[in-house]
Amino acid sequence: MSIESNGISVIIELGGGAELLFDKRKKHSVNLPGNDWTIQKLLFWMKDNLLKERPELFMQDDTVRPGILVLVNDTDWELLGEGNYKINSGDTIMFISTLHGG
Amino acid sequence: MPIPCSRQCGKKAILKRPKTGHALCKECFFYAFESEIHNTITQGKLFKPGDKVAIGASGGKDSTVLAYVLKTLNERYQYGIDLFLLSIDEGITGYRDDSLKTVQQNKDDYGLPLKILSYKELYGWTMDEIVAEIGKKNNCTFCGVFRRQALDRGAAFLGVDCIATGHNADDIAETVLMNILRGDIARLQRCTSIITAGADCIRRCKPLKYAYEKEIVMYAYFKQLVYFSTECVFAPNAYRGHARTYLKDLERIRPSSILDIIHSGETLQVKEGIKLPERRNCSRCGFVSSQEICKACIMLEGLNRGLPKLGIGKSTKVKRALESIAKDKCNDKCNGKCKDNERIEEKDLEF
Repeated sequence: MSIESNGISVIIELGGGAELLFDKRKKHSVNLPGNDWTIQKLLFWMKDNLLKERPELFMQDDTVRPGILVLVNDTDWELLGEGNYKINSGDTIMFISTLHGG
Repeated sequence: MPIPCSRQCGKKAILKRPKTGHALCKECFFYAFESEIHNTITQGKLFKPGDKVAIGASGGKDSTVLAYVLKTLNERYQYGIDLFLLSIDEGITGYRDDSLKTVQQNKDDYGLPLKILSYKELYGWTMDEIVAEIGKKNNCTFCGVFRRQALDRGAAFLGVDCIATGHNADDIAETVLMNILRGDIARLQRCTSIITAGADCIRRCKPLKYAYEKEIVMYAYFKQLVYFSTECVFAPNAYRGHARTYLKDLERIRPSSILDIIHSGETLQVKEGIKLPERRNCSRCGFVSSQEICKACIMLEGLNRGLPKLGIGKSTKVKRALESIAKDKCNDKCNGKCKDNERIEEKDLEF
């Protein structure tokens, strides 16, 4: 229960080319301080703490750049309130770019 | 709280479809996605039993999903077609060499024969060598022109009846926009056709024409299909990039925009009296062309003569060079008396 008071742990996964912006790493296990986390808040946190290059290819205004798909525990975030989704400890949040390759 | 599947199958929805707004579970999504492609194929009469079909395979998401779905549907609905994978190796170190490994894996995973043709063997130049000559600007033009013809040649080599490409709804909407922005009426008419064919050329079709990119990527993800997703190491096609960003912004506001743009493209009619370029065959290589000498031959000639900008430069220069090519070619026969070649347009080729 000490995890609850110290923050939450989430797994961030990147695919479809989005990993290229994050040190080419497809999986990041992170601990977030406090309990009050939405995906929108996480996006800014990722931009400040994980993103290595070209932030404009990841974010546009206060959300992901159109063309990046987001899944929470393998469910489309469009079914979960998108940026307003409240993150639970243990969630896996996946970002897949549709904009690469072909 | 999980949202139930719109089909009332009792399972939990995993995705919101951009086309319909429906929330579907994994199985209902697979079924809907595959059935729609099946409908596209049957309504558009894309294949006949006995057809040999080459899938233009790049190792990217679209062609990987296309190969998987065509193989699945061919078995499920007994199209009776023979499928092949056809890949073009442009010779781009750090990009195509890696993506071709993915195609090799598709070949093993799906049990489909694979043919790889390289720019080097077709044209004597790799893209790496071409970029060393022309720089990073305009190289997409070379690559696009050469790839189109390379696919035709590969298809002729395999003796297939049809080339299926992975162009998806987003790609086609993007191309409609680009052709409008460039005033390219001939391509605007052509680019939404689900089948394109000329007298002598192998027909091409786009089974994913109505499939949204989002669904293609979700399908690949949930089916755990392996695809290659690295950006080409050379400068991206900037003009297409703008059209793409614009389209993606529209899609966010109104997801049906993509299909609506395709619909507009399909139903546009060019008014009478508009002159469209005729389709004929290149007098050098025999492939379909809208000019006396096709774009690929002009570009190749430029590269070989040390005038790499030839295919993309001013049309007057192209005309002069063409005259000299024509003279070279027919000096023996007509002592240079052959008629002037037609003006070459200087636009990029798309589709």
